[in-house]
Amino acid sequence: MSDGVKAVMGDPSEDGRFGQFGGRFVPETLVPACQDLEKAFRSAWGDQVFRDELSTLLADYAGRPSPVTECHRLGEELGYRVLLKREDLNHTGSHKINNVMGQALLAKRMGKTRLIAETGAGQHGVATATAAALFGMECIVFMGEVDIVRQELNVFRMNLLGAEVVPAMSGSRTLKDAVNEAMREWVAQVEDSYYCLGSAMGPHPYPWMVRTFHEVIGSEAREQCARILDGGVPDVVTACVGGGSNAIGIFSGFADTDAELVGVEPAGGAAVGRRVPGVVHGSKSYLMQDEVGQVLEAQSISAGLDYPGVGPEHAHLADIGRARYESVTDAEVVEGFQLLARTEGIIPALECAHALAWMSRERDELAGKTVLMNLSGRGDKDVAQMMEVLGR
Amino acid sequence: MTTIGAFETALRARRDSGGKILVPYITGGLGDDWIETLHAVAEAGADGIEIGIPFSDPVMDGPTIQEANDRSLSSGTTPQSILNAVRETDLQVPLAVMTYYNIAFRAGDVRFANALVDAGISAAILPDLPLEETTSWAAAADEAGVETILLAAPTAPDERLPLICERSRGFVYGVGLLGITGVRSSLARSAMDIATRLKAVTDKPVLVGVGVGTPDQAVEVSTVADGVVVGSAIVNRMLSGAGPEGVAELVAEFRSALDGRWPGHATRGRQ
Repeated sequence: MSDGVKAVMGDPSEDGRFGQFGGRFVPETLVPACQDLEKAFRSAWGDQVFRDELSTLLADYAGRPSPVTECHRLGEELGYRVLLKREDLNHTGSHKINNVMGQALLAKRMGKTRLIAETGAGQHGVATATAAALFGMECIVFMGEVDIVRQELNVFRMNLLGAEVVPAMSGSRTLKDAVNEAMREWVAQVEDSYYCLGSAMGPHPYPWMVRTFHEVIGSEAREQCARILDGGVPDVVTACVGGGSNAIGIFSGFADTDAELVGVEPAGGAAVGRRVPGVVHGSKSYLMQDEVGQVLEAQSISAGLDYPGVGPEHAHLADIGRARYESVTDAEVVEGFQLLARTEGIIPALECAHALAWMSRERDELAGKTVLMNLSGRGDKDVAQMMEVLGR
Repeated sequence: MTTIGAFETALRARRDSGGKILVPYITGGLGDDWIETLHAVAEAGADGIEIGIPFSDPVMDGPTIQEANDRSLSSGTTPQSILNAVRETDLQVPLAVMTYYNIAFRAGDVRFANALVDAGISAAILPDLPLEETTSWAAAADEAGVETILLAAPTAPDERLPLICERSRGFVYGVGLLGITGVRSSLARSAMDIATRLKAVTDKPVLVGVGVGTPDQAVEVSTVADGVVVGSAIVNRMLSGAGPEGVAELVAEFRSALDGRWPGHATRGRQ
């Protein structure tokens, strides 16, 4: 963690809060597990041997650093300078590998032999299954029944990697319900299993730990941008936000600069956009819910953002005005998806297409600026779904 | 010093009489006759009743209570509709609600605590609000006179248990196993362990729930604990359409199994 990060995006308080958000709202059974995890993470992160091992894995196995690509044709079309942080080029095709490698190493250090994960689009599930294969661990992934259908390819990938994929059949049968099932499994198997949570959400220390493992995105991008921009920083740094792990990773590299930070949520899952605080899945944050506190089902074309909550640090960044959060419709996302493919030869994940959709819609506001966008994943997994959407 | 509330008072009365405590769980708003079920369950020998206020994302609950939640919610149940129905009925046993914290948080801690009192409810169980997160809620609950029942799990290190017992009101809820609510074929070893560990550090009533699904299991764990909370077994009956009599019949089986082993010296701690 750089000093800059500490200044604006600092460590959470002792009770796991970022401002008024965060905390550890879990069944009593899991409290000791969260406390042990916090202790283990603090010790590992303070241990140069652990950090060197993680850096080596990220370099030699996952392919870091990921490049920053300047998009000349897209920039010409939009009327401003566009830089992409290419997390899509990591092994397994998204930023998720950063967090998973960190957590799997930590699990190993804690003597755990089995990884539990939830997944929406399947990217985190694939990354976790990959780490489990690499470290010789058992792996069980919970995935909403709806998502299993729309992300069939990733289900096959996880099976190929030796993971068991269990459908979450309750509620909306999407990411929210996969998290519920993963937490239930964790309650039952807490002694030998490690819950490898996939976003910067959940009970303390997860939001902080997951951000820390993704800070590599922001710190690399900061240096790369400085090289491209003659020591400068972009005017705007943007990323899509579901739980918010890729956004928190790239924001962390620019929180202490003048760059404007913009998170883009799906209109049907805009937890920050609605600004109603709530408590679910272990932390207090903004949460889509009805007037009595029942959690609402998010609606998004993208399985990875189909989530009614958001990581607590995003709620805090919105609260203090350091970041702003915008939303885009599914129709705009479909346009953004095609735009990048057509102009740059890069097929983005539908999640990232949210940020592209916002960049395209707000091209007048952004005219003349330099925008860095975190391309957090590649779109191969979405191609079958988009064939249907586009009627081809 | 804290004053002892209505829930704990009733439980202590049963224990002091030499008997064992039985607290059934009923999902609020499940079926048109759930209020009648409350009465029938009280008549069948419950010492107190836990009323579940359904929440959309019950992470501590297994398939049975999840289904009961879903059915209740889809019939239009709200926290207020449950509290209204309870307020309008007259039960001779103390009541606790069990729900998840967001329901209280959304209403506001103070408002929710007062709404419970207004409905004649004595106590609350919020399973996703562990000791460290109770401060705001517990202040409101204490002020309103609502007993906040805390859970104690098998995973807790020894030094944690006295802290939980100290802060808990009404009773201390020992979690019988590593896992979510639901009926199991046998009582987990951890149920006896947590009861033993809790009894060693508190004088408050110690009840074990989660995985206590048959009268035999209730008797077994009550050889150490002061009694049991029975949830999924009862909710299963409600889901199968057994009606108030059918549910009460099961509660009576638990009651008579416990009374058979520990007759006590009073008939009932109430009229």
